[in-house]
Amino acid sequence: MNKSVFFGALTVAGLAAGASAAATLDDVKARGTLNCGVSTGLVGFAAPDADGEWEGFDVAVCRAVATAVLGDPNAVEFVPTTGKTRFTALASGEIDMLARNTTWTFSRDVDLKFTFVGVNYYDGQGFMIPKALGVSSAKELDGATVCIQTGTTTELNLADYFRVNNISYEPVPIETNAEAQQQYLAGACDVYTTDASGLAATRATFEAPGDHVILPEIISKEPLGPLVRHGDSEWGDVVRWSLNAMVAAEELGVTSANVGEMSMEAGDNPEINRLLGTEGNLGEMLGLDAGWAKMIIENIGNYGEVFEANIGESTPIGLARGLNAQWTEGGLLYAPPFR
Amino acid sequence: MSDTHAQSVGFVQKTQIPPSPPPAAETGAFKWMRENLFSSTANAIMTILGILAIYWFASFSLPWLLNGVWDAENLSQCREILDGTSGACFAVIAERWNQLIFGFQYPSEEYWRPFLAFLLLLVAAAPVLFSKLPRKMLIFTGLYPFIAFFLIWGGSIWVPVFALLGFVAGYFAFKKLEKQSFAMGFFGGVIAAFAFWWVSGFITPDLSRIIPIDLPAVPSRDMGGFMLNLILGTVCISLSLPIGILLALGRRSQMPLIKWICVIFIEFIRGVPLITLLFVANVVLAYFLPPGTTFDLILRVIIMITMFASAYIAEVIRGGLAALPKGQYEAADSLGLDYAQAMRLIILPQALKISIPGIVNVAVGLFKDTTLVSVISMFDMVGMIRGPILASTDWNGVYWELFLFAALLFFVVCYGISQYSQWLERQLNTGHSR
Repeated sequence: MNKSVFFGALTVAGLAAGASAAATLDDVKARGTLNCGVSTGLVGFAAPDADGEWEGFDVAVCRAVATAVLGDPNAVEFVPTTGKTRFTALASGEIDMLARNTTWTFSRDVDLKFTFVGVNYYDGQGFMIPKALGVSSAKELDGATVCIQTGTTTELNLADYFRVNNISYEPVPIETNAEAQQQYLAGACDVYTTDASGLAATRATFEAPGDHVILPEIISKEPLGPLVRHGDSEWGDVVRWSLNAMVAAEELGVTSANVGEMSMEAGDNPEINRLLGTEGNLGEMLGLDAGWAKMIIENIGNYGEVFEANIGESTPIGLARGLNAQWTEGGLLYAPPFR
Repeated sequence: MSDTHAQSVGFVQKTQIPPSPPPAAETGAFKWMRENLFSSTANAIMTILGILAIYWFASFSLPWLLNGVWDAENLSQCREILDGTSGACFAVIAERWNQLIFGFQYPSEEYWRPFLAFLLLLVAAAPVLFSKLPRKMLIFTGLYPFIAFFLIWGGSIWVPVFALLGFVAGYFAFKKLEKQSFAMGFFGGVIAAFAFWWVSGFITPDLSRIIPIDLPAVPSRDMGGFMLNLILGTVCISLSLPIGILLALGRRSQMPLIKWICVIFIEFIRGVPLITLLFVANVVLAYFLPPGTTFDLILRVIIMITMFASAYIAEVIRGGLAALPKGQYEAADSLGLDYAQAMRLIILPQALKISIPGIVNVAVGLFKDTTLVSVISMFDMVGMIRGPILASTDWNGVYWELFLFAALLFFVVCYGISQYSQWLERQLNTGHSR
């Protein structure tokens, strides 16, 4: 039996080998589902709920692309990947895109031959301390004991930051986030440092979250975004502009509540018209329906809505917009014009 | 004569005096405690320290266990109910029970299928484990892999049926050619089986259209939870035992080619960590296969774990073979038995008996090693806990309850295996034990 499955797989492999070199968009349309790589579980960003439905901030990007291409936010085959398996899964073609809180770095973009199509969350390394410590800035942390995950870039960032500011610290090496929580709560270290979104998620699980503060200093750049393989720019465009459509929709005030009304007929704002497909042929240029962006916003929501629903201040994670606010409001989100 | 002592014997006890009870200090629990717990000063001190340690441990673990909350929707609700008192939040196990057992993707209306497969597994394993049961039950054991495949993966019934028929065809070819030579029968059987499967590959799709008997198909990717651990454990242990025996015999073979193939295989596999093999199965194979193909991940993992376990079992069995006195081999030869008969009738029954503790040791270790698949993003029991459940906003922060539960399930299975092996050793004991 196993052998016959194996030979079957080889036959299919031989047939499929020629076809899937490029044209991911056609493959996805023919398959009827989008294979999207996500995390095996990260609070607020990707996790299945009690019914097995994936939800989260990264998951929303997958669903947005599936909506744009296939018109159905549920036409996604979520492929859970770990930090170790994510890049091979993408490079080998097992997944069409990866939306797994992956930091955009030079070597990943250039050396690993991926294309980061944008940034959906600007993260950075921060510090969490007990309120009782009475510290309001990271620069006052001279001589503090710091819980830090070993072998990560956060360890190097920390060393750099303390050296630049000419203050000393004592590292307490830990392996996992779970261990860090226990050590920090037990008082084995004064400070816990990791990505700010991770700190917020960790703090949310404490019995008394109000007793701990996250310091304002962010000491590293961690732009997280979806990525695709090199060599298929058309597909990269589809993913890039699906993300941009959500960002632009927020900037233009298009929400899931009013998108139906706004897309009925062309309105006064030409950019909204072009985005929603009531004017121009942007969808056709991408190889999609004219109403591709309308469907994204209708089914998934704009960037702000997705942020609020998954990791925003109304959720237990309670992240503020911060760097992830629109450029008009002092953040970094800046979608290129739809024209 | 008779009355010589008539005056001096005033009273003769006619019945035995009832034994008086021993002193209070020499009886019952008191005596047991004095002899076992307080027999010397040092012993008494150790006893008191031990009791204090147990009390200290129980004083915080018992309230935590007994005060556990079983009904809550998320961690914060749990904490509200507990209201600052110490207590476990077992509600996570209650709420995510199905996910822990079946994974989060197995369709919930089909849960009866793996459950039924599990019950049938007990029936199928019984005649193998207990030799007193009627031998006819072994027929069901032979059919079980196909029934279980059909139940768990679903799809058309004709796939497992034709797979089974392929084995039957191979068996008949073997029987027909066996009289000429064992090797010829073996290879003839293999060729016949593959020819049958090749032909049936053309018939199956049409047949499933004409006579559609099928269950909704569940892809391998949707398997998860403790079910996945059990599938991997059962399949890999039962496959690696025969392969391990063949490897062990091959390593002791006189034929250099076979010997060296077996030696290299065993030494290579034993020299590589299992986690590396799993990464190869998951990651590296994807590079060798053409892009866009997915060669069933569970199948890849089963192959790797089976290879790993069979190399270890081969060495355990080789130990058993080496422990047999040379006279046994010579006795078999002098009876005029050929190699296959000698092995089957004389050598292996003794060698395997010696090897039981080692084999069980490998089996228990292998079953626990199946949790390693969580590293290659499969959602086994531990993968479910570390991934989806701890990453949900509802349950982030619940560690002890979940991992204790996982430990409990694994303990039950592993302790059961080890108790069975001890029972089996007593059954097979023929007086060589020391």
